[in-house]
Amino acid sequence: MLKYTVRRLLLLIPTLFFVALIVFVLSRAAPGSPFDRNQDKPLPAAAIERLNRHYGIDKPLHEQFVMYIVNAAKFDFGTSLVRDRPVADIIGQGFPTSAQLGIQALLLALAISLPLGTISALKQNSAIDYGSLFLATIGTSVPNFVIAIFAIFIFAVNLHLVPIVGWGTPKHMILPTLILSLGAAAFLTRITRASMLEAIHQDYVRTARSKGLREQVVVITHVMKNALIPVATIVGPATAALVTGSFIIEFMFSVPGIGRLFVTSINQRDYPVIMGVYLLYAFIISVANLTVDLVYGMLDPRIKVGK
Amino acid sequence: MATITARPQTAAELNILHRKQRSLWMDAWHRLTRNRMAMAGLVVVVFAMLVAAFAPMIAPRDPTAQNSALALADPFWVDSQYRNPDYPLGSDQLGRDILSRLIYSARVSMLVGFVPVSIIFVMGVTIGMYAAFHGGWIDNALMRLTDVMYAFPDLLFLIIIFATLRNTWAGDLMGGLVLMFVGIAIVNWVGMARLVRGQVLSLKEKEFVEAARATGARPGRIMLKHLFPNALAPVIVSLAFAIPSAMLAEATLSFLGFGVKPPTATWGVMINEGFVLVTSTPWPVLLPAFCIAIVMLAFTALGDGLRDALDPRMKL
Repeated sequence: MLKYTVRRLLLLIPTLFFVALIVFVLSRAAPGSPFDRNQDKPLPAAAIERLNRHYGIDKPLHEQFVMYIVNAAKFDFGTSLVRDRPVADIIGQGFPTSAQLGIQALLLALAISLPLGTISALKQNSAIDYGSLFLATIGTSVPNFVIAIFAIFIFAVNLHLVPIVGWGTPKHMILPTLILSLGAAAFLTRITRASMLEAIHQDYVRTARSKGLREQVVVITHVMKNALIPVATIVGPATAALVTGSFIIEFMFSVPGIGRLFVTSINQRDYPVIMGVYLLYAFIISVANLTVDLVYGMLDPRIKVGK
Repeated sequence: MATITARPQTAAELNILHRKQRSLWMDAWHRLTRNRMAMAGLVVVVFAMLVAAFAPMIAPRDPTAQNSALALADPFWVDSQYRNPDYPLGSDQLGRDILSRLIYSARVSMLVGFVPVSIIFVMGVTIGMYAAFHGGWIDNALMRLTDVMYAFPDLLFLIIIFATLRNTWAGDLMGGLVLMFVGIAIVNWVGMARLVRGQVLSLKEKEFVEAARATGARPGRIMLKHLFPNALAPVIVSLAFAIPSAMLAEATLSFLGFGVKPPTATWGVMINEGFVLVTSTPWPVLLPAFCIAIVMLAFTALGDGLRDALDPRMKL
């Protein structure tokens, strides 16, 4: 177990390396310097040259990349080309907000989907079942920014229940959290329902019933205990979905987190920040996947973790 | 020509064949037609495809023609003095006709749905089958590549491709559409190749392949005539879901402001441009959002139906 965990943690390094390589190669393949943004008032050539030297972009590409990797290993991710502050600082500033939004959304998604999926499986083909399946279909197929537009229009513009954009008070957090959680909630509902349905028809459930256990006991200790194992594995992909959802939602609701920073940095072609955010996202997703694999092994003794 | 006289006969023959055959594909088709949600989805998809195909004929005006005097007209059902019979669904802040822009956007969406998916299909099936059949370094390379790609969300790959290449000559071809096709194809073909590879790996151990080999069929023939048709069902299902996800990728990128370049009309671009005005004039945003929602739901319903029809064992 420990050996497996260590090996998986070591595998993080090549993953992060490849992500850094792809982002680096593509960003340097783009023509033009990050400093020629203003077409009407171009900087003098000498100034651009000085800026390039200051930020180390005048060196050969492979040298730059090696330098970046060496510095990144020391948690130095360079300096923003636009804000003139260390990338680590900028990301660190937005991180608590994004983490709060993401964790709230993940918890909300679990709080919605587990009961809903369980009930619709227990009452298969009932009105509740069809209703929750319908909602789950909408949640998985309609993109979150489209749902966000409808939600803003109805709840913020027309009913004035919540503020339109911003962050800080609990009222500001309702819409972004809810909408970010919807996709994951819908997906988790579908998985929970399918997994519960499969467990209900197992032999050991029939045995439990036939020896006269109460229905609640059967459902909780026999059905749910087994049905929720596959659900645990989905938390990994759900985290990835929350990460990609977060920058759309943060951008729409002006949430001062990493997601919004990411979108503005891309529009400003602030490559050090882009690179830093990519590495952070890759790290979060990999760690989420690793955690899921480890938890899966603990929940289900039939699964042998590590080969 | 002789075919004219022969036609009734062939039709009769076809009819007989048709009744006799009842292949697995026909069975699947019957199951699909009984699925009301899937049929409703199919109707919407076909409608959207027709709108896309005949966009220049249906659209009342040029989707990029501006008229600042008639900016932000309301659609016909809103009771206000800002309605204009020339703009049935209203106009945006630059006075462009929203109806025409929606129609031309359907065209972009369908292109982005079908062109990259065709590339994904050809690349994925060819490489996946070859890797499974021959193994070797191609197989190894494919597996390593999928490992890297799976560790990271597709949208993030697309964003970095667009963030960096959008302002080059490659990003200017057809207003960024070519880059969109290639980008989506590059990001997604690996998943298709892995799916085909898995299918072929399990199929090639089956008896019918052994029988074909025993009768002296060459590898090419085995791949085309025996493995490919049998691996097709899950491939079709996965294509049915790849189309809306490609459209969604375009819409999301364009909405965030780094996808297709304005003035080209796409639903994502329209939402991006109109979003700042959502509090005062919501229709330029709501209408394209509604189009995206409907088309996405239609494709999902159709994809679900196809999955249930083609493989009743796959359940989710």
